[in-house]
Formats: sequence, C-alpha cells, structure tokens
Amino acid sequence: MTARGPGVRRRPRAWLTAVLRHAALIAVAALLMLPFYWMLVSALKSRGQIFARPLQWWPDPPVWSNLVAVLDYPGFPYWLLLGNTLFYAGMVTLGTVLSCAAAGYSFACLRWRGRDTLFAATVATLLIPAIATFLPTYLIWARLGLTGTYWPLILPAYLGNAFFIFMLRQFFLGIPRELFDAARMDGAGELRIFLQIALPIVRPALIVVAVFTTLYTWHDFFGPLIYLQDPADFPLSVGLFAFRSQRTTEWALSMTAALYTTLPLVLLFALASGYFLRGARIAKF
Amino acid sequence: MPSPTRTKPRSAARRQEARAGWLFAGPWLVSLVLLTALPMLATAAMSLTNLGIVDWPDFTGLTNYDLILTEDPSFWTALHNTAVYTAVSVPLRLMLAFGLALLLHSGLRGVAVYQTLFYLPSLVPPVAATVVFMLLLTPGAGPVNVMLSWVGVPAPDWVRDPAWALWTLVLLSLWPLGVEALVFLAALREVPAEVQDAARLDTRRPWERMLYITLPLISPAILFNLVIGVINSFQVFAQAMVIGGTTGNPSESTLMYLVLIYRMAFRYFSLGYAAALSVILLAILGLVTWAIFRLSRRWVHYEGGQR
Repeated sequence: MTARGPGVRRRPRAWLTAVLRHAALIAVAALLMLPFYWMLVSALKSRGQIFARPLQWWPDPPVWSNLVAVLDYPGFPYWLLLGNTLFYAGMVTLGTVLSCAAAGYSFACLRWRGRDTLFAATVATLLIPAIATFLPTYLIWARLGLTGTYWPLILPAYLGNAFFIFMLRQFFLGIPRELFDAARMDGAGELRIFLQIALPIVRPALIVVAVFTTLYTWHDFFGPLIYLQDPADFPLSVGLFAFRSQRTTEWALSMTAALYTTLPLVLLFALASGYFLRGARIAKF
Repeated sequence: MPSPTRTKPRSAARRQEARAGWLFAGPWLVSLVLLTALPMLATAAMSLTNLGIVDWPDFTGLTNYDLILTEDPSFWTALHNTAVYTAVSVPLRLMLAFGLALLLHSGLRGVAVYQTLFYLPSLVPPVAATVVFMLLLTPGAGPVNVMLSWVGVPAPDWVRDPAWALWTLVLLSLWPLGVEALVFLAALREVPAEVQDAARLDTRRPWERMLYITLPLISPAILFNLVIGVINSFQVFAQAMVIGGTTGNPSESTLMYLVLIYRMAFRYFSLGYAAALSVILLAILGLVTWAIFRLSRRWVHYEGGQR
C-alpha cells in the first residue's frame, strides 16, 4: 500500500481484492440468511428439540408433520388467514395502482391551475407520520359503523398514496408532451389518451407500484390490529401475532406459522424480483 | 409554460385538459382534504379535550399536554426509548448499508445473487421477523448465544433483560438493510464513469475520492434514506408489540412511542390524551426533519443545482 511504483504488478492485487470482497459479501450474506435458516430448521423441530442441549443445528429427526399440523392448528387457521391477506392485499393493490396512476398522470402531463401547489402539498404529506391523522379517521369509521370490516383498510387506497403518486409522476414526466398534443389534434379524448397512450408506456412502473403495495399491505400490522375485531377476519400478520400471544411456548409451530406467513412473499419475489430490485433505483428525492 | 399563440380551438382543448386534470387527480385531492388535512386539524382539536368513548367530550385546554409532560413517566420512557432506537438504528443502518453497497459496486461477478440474498430479509413481515429473532436470540434455544460462546463473549439474555431488549430491537432493525444498500448501489452506479476516471487522475487515495467525489454525488440518496429512516423509526410498532406488548416488557424497556399511543387510545380509550401524544410526535418529527433538511444544505449536493 505504501510503495506502489509504476512497476507494481496490478493483476494479482486486483484478483486478491476480488477474493476479499467476495469473502466479505459471503460472510454478510451468511449472517443475513441465518434467521431464515433458523426459522426453517426450528419449524421442523419438536417442542423438546427446540431447547435440546447441545443445540440441534439440524433437527434429529425432522418433524415433517409440523408443516401440516400448523395448517389446521387451533388459533392459526392458515388458509383462512391467507385468504384474508390475499383479499386485503389484492384490493389495496388494485386501488393504489388505479388511483396513483391517475393522479400521477394528472400531476405530470395535464396542465391545470393549482397543480404544482397541490403536488407540493402531496410531497409534504410524505413527511407526516400516519398517526397524526389516524385517531379522527378511526372515530369517523367507528361512527359509520365500519370498524370490524375491511372498509377502513381498503377504501383509502382507492383515493391514492402520496409516495406512489410521487413516484409515478416521475415516470409520466418522461413521456414527451408532443405525444399527447398530437393525440389531441387527432381528436382523442383525455381518457383515451391516458388509457391507450400514457399507461402502456409506464407499465413497468405500475408493476413496481403493485408489487410494493402488495408487500407493504402484507406487512401491515397496525391498521388491521386496530380495525378488525373478529379473529376470522384477521390477515396473516395479526393472525401470527394473536397465535404468538396465546401460545408463547409453541416455538416450533410459531416458526412454521412465520414461515408460511413469509412464503407467499418469497414466491412473489421469485416471480417479480426484477421489479423489486428496480424499486431501489426509484427511491430518491 | 403558457403558449404564446392562443387560438380558439386550442384554448377549448386546454379547458378540456384542465378539467381532465382535476378529474384524474380528484380522488387524491379528496384524500388530501378528508384523510390528511382535516384529520390533522381534528387531531389537534381532540388533543384539547378529554375525549373518551362514552361521554361527550369537554374542552380541557392544555390539560392533556400538562399531564403528559409533568405527570406521565411512561411518556418520557417511550420518548427516550424511541429516540435512542432511532438515533442508533438509523445511522448504523445507513453506514452498514453504504458499506455493503460499496462492496457490491465493483463489477464483481455474481452481484445479482448477492442482491437477491440481501433483499430477502425485507420480505419477511415485521411480526414474523420478530418472532424468528426472539427464538434466534433465546439463550439455550438459539444459535446466536452459542456462537458468541465460541468466541468467548458472554451472551446476554436479549429479550428478557431490560438492559438489552432495546438493543435487540435495534439489531432486528438491521436485518432488512438490504433495501437501503440497493438504493445506495443504484446511486453509486449513476456516478458517471468520466467523473470517476477524472477523480482517479486527481487523487490516488481511495478515501479522498470517496469523501470528495462519491459521497457528495450520492448525498441525495443518503438524505432520502435518512429522512425516511427517521420517520419510520419513530413509528416502530409491530416489532415492539411482539417483544414487549402494550406494557413494553421487560419493565418498559421496549415501550415505543406508537405503542404508548396505541395503549392510551385503544386500551384505555383516552382518545384526547392519545391525540395530544400524536401532536407531540408530529411536532418532534417536524423539528427533526426540519433540522435534517436545514443541515443537509451543507452536505447534500444536487446535480444541476436544483431542488
């Protein structure tokens, strides 16, 4: 590092750096995968094996029946919870994509008075913590008699989401205005221009929005915990929480339940990993 | 930009465009008013009452704030826990994520594989992740303490020791850092090759290139992750609820601010009091974000000088 004359062979050093980098990355990856591994391994253990000494790095023997047992274990009705979650995430995703596409398009491509002020207000709301608006909203839903249903959780998605409007606007801004003006000259209506010209161009961005909305809704805990009362209505996140609170000693089945709560998202990631990774490129001010 | 020539059919088209603009943004504008602006005002108004769920509320002025600040030790505990959690977790996560991004940003083979692996933890729902970490860190049942004993480090009782439980939450918050790492990686990749080549000619020392060229160029991504990280950290909820419940077990060491609001609003049904807590959180976060943006003028560099 100190003496590096012009004659120093650079190739072996580059090779060594690459090996060291790989070693570091593999170490980090192993560390990050450890919780996954432990979730999987513990999901296949009996109650005794969980606390066995010495620690069982691999269950001996694996209790494969756990994988089935949790499915109709009282307190964790997996298929019901999964169905609720799919319904919840599906409805929220549909609403978010529709409303944010329309609003993002309007903020980016249509000229109307007050647009820029309202867009600035939209960006400002990104900095407002959700709790600052939560309690009165809750009271209104309660007054409407809709607590205990999915309405308060789903309906707002059909009005939009500041972050995704912001994100989609960036994409719509990339479309040259001439395209719209030409279509207008040809007599195309505004709705047709939006549906047939603008939307197809930003299709990848719409999929990014859909994928992340599904992820966030699947993760959501605060909303469903407060608005839903009947355990038969719970999504997986609250179902898992309820299961944990009732059966604090059932570690193995908790792990199986956690595994099953996560698995559909891993499946989604496997199908759409490109869109997940693309999301990182968008997340900037 | 207004066009210089305004022919008649054109202005009709513009009117139609403006109408479409309002219609398309309409639902969101409704939300902006009904679900953001008015509820914020209502929260402020509620905080000045003793609103519960049974009786019609009385106006109580600043009583809630007075009670919170002078007679509620839980408030100070929750604020302290949340502030410590945020102050440690956010910078730590940013630094580790940045280091990871630097490791990834070097044209190595197999970067796609690492990206995928680093991303996976962020897929796990917070409730599930916390349940897994609780077992992972349980003395006698989890591998972490066993591994620590190999290197001779005395293993703490992560979840049940009040001195450690908050750090367990911090540790847990580090698991999904892959997302931030990828945001940084994307920013690093956008640093133009010419800039890096020029920097290489200017200085040989990698750390100087890092400090004077790379960091300023990706500073908007750092600011983004910092602001989002602080706002989210202040509202950490699911993880704290799984570990400590509404009482913040053990001995209020995991009592987070949002958990306290939840407890006051939905366990004790003191909605006015909870609203006052929300206003205080809004004020604190507003101040912190303002300070971050204010200070960011010194270190955040926007290309083209705008925004």
